Amino acid sequence: MEQNNEDNLAQVQHVVLVLSGKGGVGKSTITTELALALRHAGKKVGILDIDLCGPSIPRMLSVGRPDVHQCDLGWVPVYTDAEKSLALMSIGFLLDDPDDAVVWRGPKKTALIGQFVSDVAWGELDVLLVDTPPGTSDEHLAVLENLKKHKVDGAILVTTPQAVSTGDVRREITFCKKTGLRILGIVENMSGFACPHCSECTNIFSKGGGEDLAKLTGSVFLGSVPLDPLLSASIEEGKDFIQSFPHSPTFSAITSISHTLLNSLQAA
Amino acid sequence: MADVPDNAPEHCPGTQSEKAGKSTACQGCPNQTLCASGATKAPDPAIAEIGVKLSTVKHKILVLSGKGGVGKSTFSAHLAHALASDINKEVAVLDIDICGPSIPRIMGLEGEQVHQSGSGWSPVYVEDNLAVMSIGFLLSSPDDAVIWRGPKKNGMIKQFLRDVDWGQLDYLIVDTPPGTSDEHLSIVQYLSATHIDGAVIITTPQEVSLQDVRKEIRFCQKVKLPIIGVVENMSGFVCPKCKNTSQIFPATSGGAERMCSDLNLPLLGKIPLDPRIGRSCDEGRSFFNEVPDSPATKAYHSIVQKHMCMCTKHTHTDTHTHEYTG
Repeated sequence: MEQNNEDNLAQVQHVVLVLSGKGGVGKSTITTELALALRHAGKKVGILDIDLCGPSIPRMLSVGRPDVHQCDLGWVPVYTDAEKSLALMSIGFLLDDPDDAVVWRGPKKTALIGQFVSDVAWGELDVLLVDTPPGTSDEHLAVLENLKKHKVDGAILVTTPQAVSTGDVRREITFCKKTGLRILGIVENMSGFACPHCSECTNIFSKGGGEDLAKLTGSVFLGSVPLDPLLSASIEEGKDFIQSFPHSPTFSAITSISHTLLNSLQAA
Repeated sequence: MADVPDNAPEHCPGTQSEKAGKSTACQGCPNQTLCASGATKAPDPAIAEIGVKLSTVKHKILVLSGKGGVGKSTFSAHLAHALASDINKEVAVLDIDICGPSIPRIMGLEGEQVHQSGSGWSPVYVEDNLAVMSIGFLLSSPDDAVIWRGPKKNGMIKQFLRDVDWGQLDYLIVDTPPGTSDEHLSIVQYLSATHIDGAVIITTPQEVSLQDVRKEIRFCQKVKLPIIGVVENMSGFVCPKCKNTSQIFPATSGGAERMCSDLNLPLLGKIPLDPRIGRSCDEGRSFFNEVPDSPATKAYHSIVQKHMCMCTKHTHTDTHTHEYTG
């Protein structure tokens, strides 16, 4: 198993975790959009979805539910395109019925994450993004433990602007500090909504909480992504937002975050 | 449900399994004799204790959702406020989201501490008839992270049910974390000697959320937890300037309405997005008092009304509890 681990992650240049203490703030959306942005920048990207009870990535990339195949090196990830520039692994591919609940306690989740880290044949990747469930519990400890032998570049924290959300993300920052995980930066999602009818901007979930949190904790603020019904719709239909709406402000926000991320990965 | 301890040897069959103490993985485990004796297969004595402790609680309601950030805690808090507006009712909220407790902030109780008394931990009171318990009250700083694996979280939930001095209650509302894992299994297991009225399921309109919520419904069916109904939150946004409605989280697959008709579940209502809800939650105030005339307040009230009807109806048919499991 350990031998495999070395082999399978050996050609992965950078590993980045996407974390948030809070649920539903857009971890999977940001993971998906960053992966697409990095791919447009010519990078080979992988996404490992370790949200076992609520995997969202397969739908957001509209890959359906293909079977996962085995090869000599382990599980072959699912590719979204013929060029194999975006690889994907999620528990969503292993369930017979998409509505089936994965009613597992910690130890079983830990075991599957161990397999996900060691047994997926990622091949050559520039960046592997790890999408996580909310919280600071079994899944998070398991993935870090299993990645220990490999270099983890750090974590991106996603929050929405309200205090109810930044409060949970503060706890996640403590988790990063305790586990020695570098914080690459904070992204504020769902930041303001421009009414498509009158262009009036309403801060539905308040504003500026992510930036304040970054200041408070001495972290890098990577940028804010506005609430955008076009983005929600692309995510629902599994379309490439970055390709469909190159002129939207949301597009420039995501691209700028991906540039900052790449720079900080390459500088390290 | 197999219970594998944190420090168990690899391939441990679980302390409650038929093979406990007898499988090859058990060889060399210091607890092998204990497991083989059958003592670990007996039900947790805490379940019976909790049954006695909570026999003075008339209604127990779980607020669930497979998805995070859809408004479980906001709904739990406001359901509690609405029920407690009748001063003759005793209401309590138990927050079992151990890693991300939001209830203390939403109910304006940040920084409060739990006190010990002769009869156990005293909950924190918002009003004379509204009690709250959350792990947030046991943390010393807002930066404190609870980095716990399953078994420790389960232990905490057990303590919340067994060791808190709940007193006489009309309603106990349990707010849960997202997912279908330790916390959810534990709460259902620990409450198995009592009667749970059922679960209210919260979702947002998008398929990305509904796909997780369907898993939660499957979970309820697996553990035989009745479903009171489904609430669709963040359903449309009315621009405060031009009054036009935008679907920020579009219901591309028909939203909660379609899901409810497919799965034959009652839809309790839809709550629109209102920036004032988020603000009230951040400030720890009841949205009903802050903005009594908002369409969201009206939606909430109608949901609470329907919900109370279901609970009262239920009291009369107490002997046939399993019939409306669905």
